[in-house]
Amino acid sequence: MLSYLVQRFLSIGLSLLGVSILVFLMVHLIPGDPALVIAGERATQEVLTQIREDLGLDKPLVYQYGIFLWDLAHLDLGHSFKTNQPVIEEIKRYFPATAELTLAAMAFSIAFGIFFGIIAAVFRGRLFDYLSMSISLAGISIPIFWLGLMLILLFSHLWDILPATGRLDTVLSLDIETHTGFYLIDTLIAGNAKAFKNAIAHLILPAITLGTIPLAIIARMTRSSLLEVLNQPYITTAYAKGLSKWVVIIKHALKNSMVPVLTVIGLEFGYLMGGAILTEHIFSWSGLGSWLRISVEARDVRAVQGGVLFVSALFMFVNLIVDLLYAYFDPRIRVGDEAK
Amino acid sequence: MNTNTSSTGQLLVLRKLLRHPSAMIGASIIIFFIVLALFAPLIATHDPIDTDIKNRLKGWSTENLLGTDGTGRDVFSRVLYGARISLWVGFIAMTFSLGFGAIFGSVAGYYGGWLDNLIMRVMDMLLAMPSILLAMVIVTILGQSLTNAIIAVSIVYIPQYARILRSSVLKVRELDYVTAAKVIGASDIRILFTTVLPNCLAPLIVQATLGIGAAILDAAGLSFLGLGAEIGIPEWGAMLHENTKHIRRAPLAVTSPGLAIFLVVLGFNLLGDALRDALDPQID
Repeated sequence: MLSYLVQRFLSIGLSLLGVSILVFLMVHLIPGDPALVIAGERATQEVLTQIREDLGLDKPLVYQYGIFLWDLAHLDLGHSFKTNQPVIEEIKRYFPATAELTLAAMAFSIAFGIFFGIIAAVFRGRLFDYLSMSISLAGISIPIFWLGLMLILLFSHLWDILPATGRLDTVLSLDIETHTGFYLIDTLIAGNAKAFKNAIAHLILPAITLGTIPLAIIARMTRSSLLEVLNQPYITTAYAKGLSKWVVIIKHALKNSMVPVLTVIGLEFGYLMGGAILTEHIFSWSGLGSWLRISVEARDVRAVQGGVLFVSALFMFVNLIVDLLYAYFDPRIRVGDEAK
Repeated sequence: MNTNTSSTGQLLVLRKLLRHPSAMIGASIIIFFIVLALFAPLIATHDPIDTDIKNRLKGWSTENLLGTDGTGRDVFSRVLYGARISLWVGFIAMTFSLGFGAIFGSVAGYYGGWLDNLIMRVMDMLLAMPSILLAMVIVTILGQSLTNAIIAVSIVYIPQYARILRSSVLKVRELDYVTAAKVIGASDIRILFTTVLPNCLAPLIVQATLGIGAAILDAAGLSFLGLGAEIGIPEWGAMLHENTKHIRRAPLAVTSPGLAIFLVVLGFNLLGDALRDALDPQID
């Protein structure tokens, strides 16, 4: 297990090094004078010189990359050209909002995805199976930005039951002190039930929007994986012992069918990080995605570099955690690894 | 192995497809949108870029079938012309990804060694990022425009084709008849085209079909973020971007372009899934 961990950490390190080369080269791949592109046509000579100096454009490429890596190792991602704030501080400020949204979407998609998958597998070939599988097929093709807009149209404009934008009503947000950046936690710390409920209400539509596609994929995977396990001889044995249908499914079949589902969940996390960019834009959610979008629009290279590195690192670590969870769900992986 | 390319194989695949309900639904949707795109100038009731401020944010009427947008342009005509742009974007992006993916994948598989390692590690790196994020990186480098959005989306999907080609090349590289072809002096390019490509046509066709849908979706996503098609171009994602703020007064201007994206992508996904089943010799 330990050697496996070391190996995985090494491979994550290598991949991150690769991503760092890519984002480092971003500046040099910009056609024309990068400083001019970043600062805009009307920039003064002074600003241009400052940007060139900051990017180290006057030094040899390898030397520049060395400095970039050195700073990176010290968690120094440079300063945003637009706000002049340290990029790492901006990421710290915006990340909790994205994490809150992503976790809520993940919880929604896993809970409902596995539930629908089980029901579809158990009632295979019946109406509910066809219905849930058709919906999940549609779910895979739906543009999430459109889904979000339709939810706003229905739930905010037509029925007026849920808020359309933001994370908290402005009036309420004035009373809440930021501790963690997670509004659900901060409102609880403040002991403000009204604000807590308000934060949940704001979270519902974005979480459903972001979680729908993973839900569809998780449901399909759970269904097919569970169907495969239900055909195994040991399930027949369990039935032969006289166990009831649901005991067999929940206690015997489900855990063994979770490995492929887990893989999908890990992969979907990467999708969620991407989907969060679109979802945050729809709901004016002031998270990392909105920040990145604005940075790309302004061609704020430093901010984009930092954001991309951060998201990629996060994605890789989540996949590591997923791999470690495999060992929990499937002891053969654990044993097989030690036997080597 | 080559039965898929022979005429009896093709007939079998076609027969399977005709019996596959999702193939028929998917193909019908795609053909419907291709017809709309081809005959857009004949079907459209207005010029898609003509603004008419006096008639802005109008609802449904016989004059404007889907109402008008924030600058009084006819939404129905814009959605029609949008079909031209989106299908074109999807097709061009897929062709580019397929072309470059095929080159990288076959070079990596055929020559092996450090070149293989280098190419595939770069591909892995591209796959390690969410697609829209990678596309945004490319837009930061190139700047915002529809052309750059197409380039971005094309690059994002190169690794998937490269992987398919590489594994196929690895499979056939060691076969006796490839060695024989080498011995009689056939060039590498000739061997690639005559032995390797026919063997991986099936997964490539499936990936390309699904790839058009994915490219359309990602390009529309970029435009929706305001990082793709320039303002005013009747591209579905850009229409959503422009009209989101009018969602209360002109819901049709937001509903219809999004529904169009959804249907087109659904069409390509259904057809792609059906092709996968039809081209798989193990599924009868």
